Amino acid sequence: MAGKTLYEKIWDQHVVRDNGDGTALLYIDRHLVHEVTSPQAFEGLRLAGRKPWRVSANLATPDHNVPTTDRSKGIKDPISRIQVETLDDNCEEFGITEFKMDDIRQGIVHVISPEQGATLPGMTIVCGDSHTSTHGALGALAHGIGTSEVEHVLATQTLGQKKSKTMLISVDGKVTAGITAKDIVLAIIGKIGTAGGTGYAIEFGGEAIRDLSIEGRMTVCNMAIEGGARAGMVAVDDKTIEYVKGRPYTPKGYMWDMAVAQWQDLHSDDDAKFDAVVHLDAASIQPQVTWGTSPEMVVAIGDKVPNPADESDTVKTEGMNKALTYMGLQANTPINEIYVDKVFIGSCTNSRIEDLRAAAEVAKGRKVADNVKLALVVPGSGLIKQQAEKEGLDKVFIEAGFEWREPGCSMCLAMNADRLEPGERCASTSNRNFEGRQGQGGRTHLVSPAMAAAAAITGHFVDVRELV
Amino acid sequence: MEKFETLKAIVVPIDRPNVDTDAIIPKQFLKSIKRTGFGPNLFDEWRYLDHGEPGMDNSNRPLNKDFVLNMDRYQDAKIMIARENFGCGSSREHAPWALEDFGFRVIIAPSFADIFYNNSFKNGILLIKLDADVVDQLFKEVEAKEGYQLDVNLQAQTITKPDGSVIEFELDEFHKHRLLNGLDDISLTLQHVDDIKAYEQRRSQEAPWLFN
Repeated sequence: MAGKTLYEKIWDQHVVRDNGDGTALLYIDRHLVHEVTSPQAFEGLRLAGRKPWRVSANLATPDHNVPTTDRSKGIKDPISRIQVETLDDNCEEFGITEFKMDDIRQGIVHVISPEQGATLPGMTIVCGDSHTSTHGALGALAHGIGTSEVEHVLATQTLGQKKSKTMLISVDGKVTAGITAKDIVLAIIGKIGTAGGTGYAIEFGGEAIRDLSIEGRMTVCNMAIEGGARAGMVAVDDKTIEYVKGRPYTPKGYMWDMAVAQWQDLHSDDDAKFDAVVHLDAASIQPQVTWGTSPEMVVAIGDKVPNPADESDTVKTEGMNKALTYMGLQANTPINEIYVDKVFIGSCTNSRIEDLRAAAEVAKGRKVADNVKLALVVPGSGLIKQQAEKEGLDKVFIEAGFEWREPGCSMCLAMNADRLEPGERCASTSNRNFEGRQGQGGRTHLVSPAMAAAAAITGHFVDVRELV
Repeated sequence: MEKFETLKAIVVPIDRPNVDTDAIIPKQFLKSIKRTGFGPNLFDEWRYLDHGEPGMDNSNRPLNKDFVLNMDRYQDAKIMIARENFGCGSSREHAPWALEDFGFRVIIAPSFADIFYNNSFKNGILLIKLDADVVDQLFKEVEAKEGYQLDVNLQAQTITKPDGSVIEFELDEFHKHRLLNGLDDISLTLQHVDDIKAYEQRRSQEAPWLFN
């Protein structure tokens, strides 16, 4: 019998009931909750007279709607305020732990859970948010769910699931200096396309992935969904265990030893068979910049905006034409001649301490260019903000002309007050460049934190390797 | 959930690939704490010429006459045909809520994003995957003939065209059974309470740290 993939191992450990038709009832170890996708689920519980199955499996925080400026005044937008208050009320009513807006532990749900040790290797983790794939970086099976499923998990601690196919994406060899996790994952999406991973659970492997820190692996797994896969994951190694050790929710004493012993098996067996295998050559990856309205519309910094006339597939040509019109770009424009109006450093993709350090290294001793109206730095959690301030990163940013904000999702999806105005162009470390994502009519270019900082300093996209 | 058996209705074409959930229902409408009322803001940024916010009177807003949902010929559409990777992006169930609230019960495309696929079936929307060339042919026929209707039969897994020809489609039993009977997933799962408890009992011995 062939060995098992990491996905199959975690799946098998969580089957409550096999339906015999490729679907199973899977047990969910951790359920993360935020204010946007949960109110209707809690309402459903109430209407049916149900209670959460296992309260301690849940962890909640508001992130999408929270302001990133002075919080002592509360939330100005009344509709946003009601949504956050509804989360507070629901968590109180059902006894769920919540890190509220004024808690130092509050932050983006996908940032705080690993930070607290609430994300552990081998767990099944779900959340009503597609970027739940982030947690797979720790060798967990994690994916986003809709609100009906949020209610289902609250009520039963399980989820009916169809087994995914498995895909190995191996990034072979070493990346060159200055290439980050964000460049790797954008290059992967450029290769497989935004639907390339549909129906698959992706395992990221290869030397370049092993070389990444856990935070870098989170950036890669975070965007598995942008490649169409609900779940992205990386095998457990010494770095994983070192990262998890000593965090508030991490097991202690004999349970730690027991856990570590079991986690050693959380990797695909040598003879495991994947349904699909994709190889990328790490050395060929250059700093990436998206030019269109889908994350697969991505090129290297030294390239030009592609020409739709060169595309043979007519549906794609039409899509490219629409994207160029929306983005206000001409085919064949060199990427480094594209000027930006705003810069956003943050989001569940790139708001961790290493991201902030990378951006600060570029910003240090320099000034934001005159044509850049706003350059925002939004840490992923209160604890990251605190750490960054301890390291003096806040001063580096502020002296360079960036704004230093409170933690939350912020301008990744502009549900709070941080947004692009129509026609404004942004270098953003977030995960989606969809039409209107960062504000109606806003134009998003996805890049790494270092590349975003470089764009802020020069006012246009530039190869960050020329600056550091 | 409302059950689905058959539907004969006007078909509207949404002719672009990778239609994402931000396009289907922009984020400002996600601030609602209700499940209903999203229909008027379906495809808000494509449908209206101004910027939409929750609480606006949508009947007074300027319409984008070039957008298919605003064209007279598609006014009673309940079936949509779309391109590759429809519903990509976020996990927001507000997307199928908006489609269902607007009146759509069937969407036909070459492929759908995974989370959107699950969410739609939980809200009584039948998603049908067909080969890209078959969908392409449907686009041509729909655009050529005003009042073009398709007749969808879930039990038989067939789509009948106006000329009487039949397209068969595949669907797993899991989704078909629930949709045909309008079954509530939670009640179904709670029939297996003993299995869940037995699993927890066993697992808490094997991996006790997961139950702290």
